[in-house]
Amino acid sequence: MRGNVVIAGIGQTAFGKLPGRGTISLNIEACRNALADAGIEKDAVDALLVKPPTSNPQFMYGQTLAEAMGLQPRVGGAWDQGGAANISLIAFAAMAIEHGQCDIALVCYADNPRTGSRHAYEKAWGEDAAYGWFGVPAGYAMLARRHMDEFGTTSDQLGAIAVAIRKHGAANPHAQLRKTLTLEQYRESPWVVDPLRRDDCCLVSDGAAAVVLMSAQRAKSLGVKKPVPILGFGQGHSSWDVAQRADLTRTGAENSGKTALNMAGLRPQDIDMAQIYDCFTITVLMTLEAYGFAPHGQGGPYCAGGRLEIGGELPLNTAGGLLSETGMPGLQLVTEGVRQMRGEATLQVKGAENCVVSNQGGIMHTHSTLVLGQCE
Amino acid sequence: MTNETLFPAPQVSEVTAPYWRALDEGRLMFQRCTSCEHAWLPPRGECPRCLAREPRWETASGNARLVSWVVYHHGYHDYFARRLPYNVAVVELAEGPRLISNVKAVHDMLCIDMRLKLAIEREAGVALARFAPA
Repeated sequence: MRGNVVIAGIGQTAFGKLPGRGTISLNIEACRNALADAGIEKDAVDALLVKPPTSNPQFMYGQTLAEAMGLQPRVGGAWDQGGAANISLIAFAAMAIEHGQCDIALVCYADNPRTGSRHAYEKAWGEDAAYGWFGVPAGYAMLARRHMDEFGTTSDQLGAIAVAIRKHGAANPHAQLRKTLTLEQYRESPWVVDPLRRDDCCLVSDGAAAVVLMSAQRAKSLGVKKPVPILGFGQGHSSWDVAQRADLTRTGAENSGKTALNMAGLRPQDIDMAQIYDCFTITVLMTLEAYGFAPHGQGGPYCAGGRLEIGGELPLNTAGGLLSETGMPGLQLVTEGVRQMRGEATLQVKGAENCVVSNQGGIMHTHSTLVLGQCE
Repeated sequence: MTNETLFPAPQVSEVTAPYWRALDEGRLMFQRCTSCEHAWLPPRGECPRCLAREPRWETASGNARLVSWVVYHHGYHDYFARRLPYNVAVVELAEGPRLISNVKAVHDMLCIDMRLKLAIEREAGVALARFAPA
């Protein structure tokens, strides 16, 4: 089914502080913008798939949103996989479209942890709270420490990832944090949970994004201006909690990337650019290793030296990712991939024919991969 | 002074009660499957390898190694905010099971795979399975 389904429209809200806006309102704004971008009437939508808000999960959220949008979709609901769910829902929608279960699908996400509650990101890990084990950054720091001590990965190599992504975000007029970062500034950045510094950690943001999917054939007959073909997708889930994972430096991203690249008929060296889930810098490094861009353990040297910056070998997170554009867990990486494949990105990568996008959740518990192709 | 009333004491369940009771008596216990001999922590009702029920309890030797550790510089909880910086570690017992713990050592001397020895300590009246360099 490679290329049979396309992303026909993308939409988003402003990112940052959006006080007084609930997630339903934010989702609707992003969906309205995505439908307008695709040139589709709301009533043509027959699938509505939503990742539940991280900071305030609710029962039957997919149906609550469908009601608020006046939709009675053929296919609908929410899927809890943390950040991986965006791409998993896109993949599910693509398969549903391919098999005649629906024709036009909306996939969306909204949350408001910045002006609402950020408790989800700072809470205790069960009975281990007695040992002081709290918060999402500490989980990633635990993976980072093992990687650094086992393979010699350095703080500066993590810093190079932040420097590249912040550079890209600074050029994005819609980014929440438009401030470049030098390696010297990174070294001065305070520890949050050693070995991770403040500048290794993503933003906390309110906002929403949405994408419209349909068959390539349907997009053609409807006259969609710039449909972006989906070339491949895959999933892989580590599942085990950090302490229980047999190898802290390996994750389900390996299976996810392999499945998606196989489906797309591409090898890592064929990939022109990437949008990699950057909740923390170590996540980028480990995902690039898992996808085969660098050998296992060698992600540190790979990420240094400007390789990930515009003009480098593998430009990534060209709108600023979670570190700079918005802390939203992942759908913004898909929309930037779409802008790149349309040739409409602010920091356009010239000649890029494909883009790999990663989404993941928990402490690398879940992973989902998407490969996009250039729009024809 | 740390306010003991703030301590996030474990919400002990029926499944984890024997674990915490044993620690209170000075022993670190883990579970082993009576069907496939797989060993694990934290306590659970079924073996995650073969799905058999009713695992047995065994006492750990206390020998362990340090898998990874972090040092908190941000207080996510009032009880621990006054203790910054403090470490949290992933520790692997010689028998295989892994757990979240703290290592009683200067942070500069910690390194992955170093040998550790169980050093049970009381915190706000709760016995915790901490470790010290062996």
